[in-house]
Amino acid sequence: MPIVRMCRGLYLIEGSTLHIMSPACHPRTTSPNGLAQRRLWLGVLARTPRHTLEAAISALDPAPAWRRLRGPETGMIMVRGRLGGDGAPFNLGEMTVTRCSVTLPCGTIGHAYVAGRDLRRAELAALCDGLLQTSLFALLKAALIEPEQRRQAAQREERLRRSAATRVDFQTLVRMG
Amino acid sequence: MYVAVKGGEAAIEASRALLADARRGDRTLPQIEVAQIEQQLGLAVDRVMGEASLYDRELAALAIKQAQGDLQEAAFLLRAFRTTLPRFGVSLPIETARMTIARRISATYKDLPGGQVLGPTFDYTHRLLDFGLLCNEEPPPTPVGDGPVDAEMPRATAALEAEGLLAREDDDGRPPPDLTREPLMFPAPRALRLQALARGDEGFLLAMGYSTQRGYGGTHPFAAEIRFGTVAVEIVPEELGFAIEVGDVAVTECQMVNQFKGSKTKPPQFTRGYGLVFGHAERRAMGMALVDRALQARELGEDIVAPAQDEEFVLSHVDNVEASGFVQHLKLPHYVDFQSELELIRALRAEAAGRAETSCKAAE
Repeated sequence: MPIVRMCRGLYLIEGSTLHIMSPACHPRTTSPNGLAQRRLWLGVLARTPRHTLEAAISALDPAPAWRRLRGPETGMIMVRGRLGGDGAPFNLGEMTVTRCSVTLPCGTIGHAYVAGRDLRRAELAALCDGLLQTSLFALLKAALIEPEQRRQAAQREERLRRSAATRVDFQTLVRMG
Repeated sequence: MYVAVKGGEAAIEASRALLADARRGDRTLPQIEVAQIEQQLGLAVDRVMGEASLYDRELAALAIKQAQGDLQEAAFLLRAFRTTLPRFGVSLPIETARMTIARRISATYKDLPGGQVLGPTFDYTHRLLDFGLLCNEEPPPTPVGDGPVDAEMPRATAALEAEGLLAREDDDGRPPPDLTREPLMFPAPRALRLQALARGDEGFLLAMGYSTQRGYGGTHPFAAEIRFGTVAVEIVPEELGFAIEVGDVAVTECQMVNQFKGSKTKPPQFTRGYGLVFGHAERRAMGMALVDRALQARELGEDIVAPAQDEEFVLSHVDNVEASGFVQHLKLPHYVDFQSELELIRALRAEAAGRAETSCKAAE
């Protein structure tokens, strides 16, 4: 099967591999619930440090096999804002993003887009996205996604609490005379 | 016009070596790490990312190291690197109302939902040199609040909008113009102006904003809200067909509200100046908001009398990579050009001298 290094090419690859996949390979992304779940884990994976991904993958027995379909490659995303914060969009500026697509022996395809330029991190995130669509879902969810989600939430909470310590209550002074 | 010249290779090579040596400084001192710049000169990193219009903290820090701390040169380096990367797509517009707030203040409302959160700011420092930093004193641990600040904070301008005293921004659903793909044309729509301002030179934005405060196109501004924090960036990859988060970026947002006396078609109300920039850069966001408001003169039917209201003037000079390039190109050899000027001046002088002599003789 020729591998096309283009976005649209992936559609073709995906389309042509769908019928050779076993049903157990792709059970979760078809339902709206499955989509929401995949959206969530992709967001978590995008913020997962490389060493955490390495650890989660190396803990798998047997070690997973995969093939690169595209990338990993670094490019940019144009970040948009809105006029006044909630009006028409405008182009704020670009950010570096690294993407990767991999295929598992069963034909399942994993994708990743992660901020920054870490090629290995993007590839491992794509691999995890692939594996999470297979029967390894429950295992990886418990071993990687949930703990990492908790860590990210705790980090955010910590930041918000440190900001909260700087919240002021201005008191209007009584005017003198 | 400058012309190509040959030669000087050895001198150029030696100059580069000397530059690298100057960058290294005293070799008995440890070399500064890019990670140290990224962590400890974070505001310089923010400025470089903003003016290069590329969000990548590590690369901005590298550019600062390479440029010996010359931030405009660093922005130039990062802007040049940008051209080597393909663009994968555009993000969904970031949701600044759902920012993970590090700082949020309003100068127009004392009490507002979510409260005033000072965050890390120079505003309440004494601006006295801290000699403790000379001997690398470690700062004390930071206090932690009992609970987090609100996960979602309404804009300080929401109340004015609800009362109809400040126009809501429309969204006609059209994709915004892109300065990096199409040349700048006038009149420029507001979305294009904001893109140019967002990556504009901080000094220029500050000076232009300041000029409006001093009466050159006065806009009578209030800082309704300034917020700084991180927001998630979402994209919809073609191969997935649904939105995913790729990570977070830090941004500063400024909402200025300005007095507006009204026009033939519009009743008296407030108008908005908007600033949104990468990183923690309040001076820059405020300058942008002041200039954004001044540049709305045409749409609001105001007389265009000041530089800050003149979009051709502002947008043509706001980019420091362009400005620096054109000013600095004067250092390139202009020998032929100058030679012809020199000959011209000599000829004119000779002609003038000849005329004077003739008129002298005539007078005798």
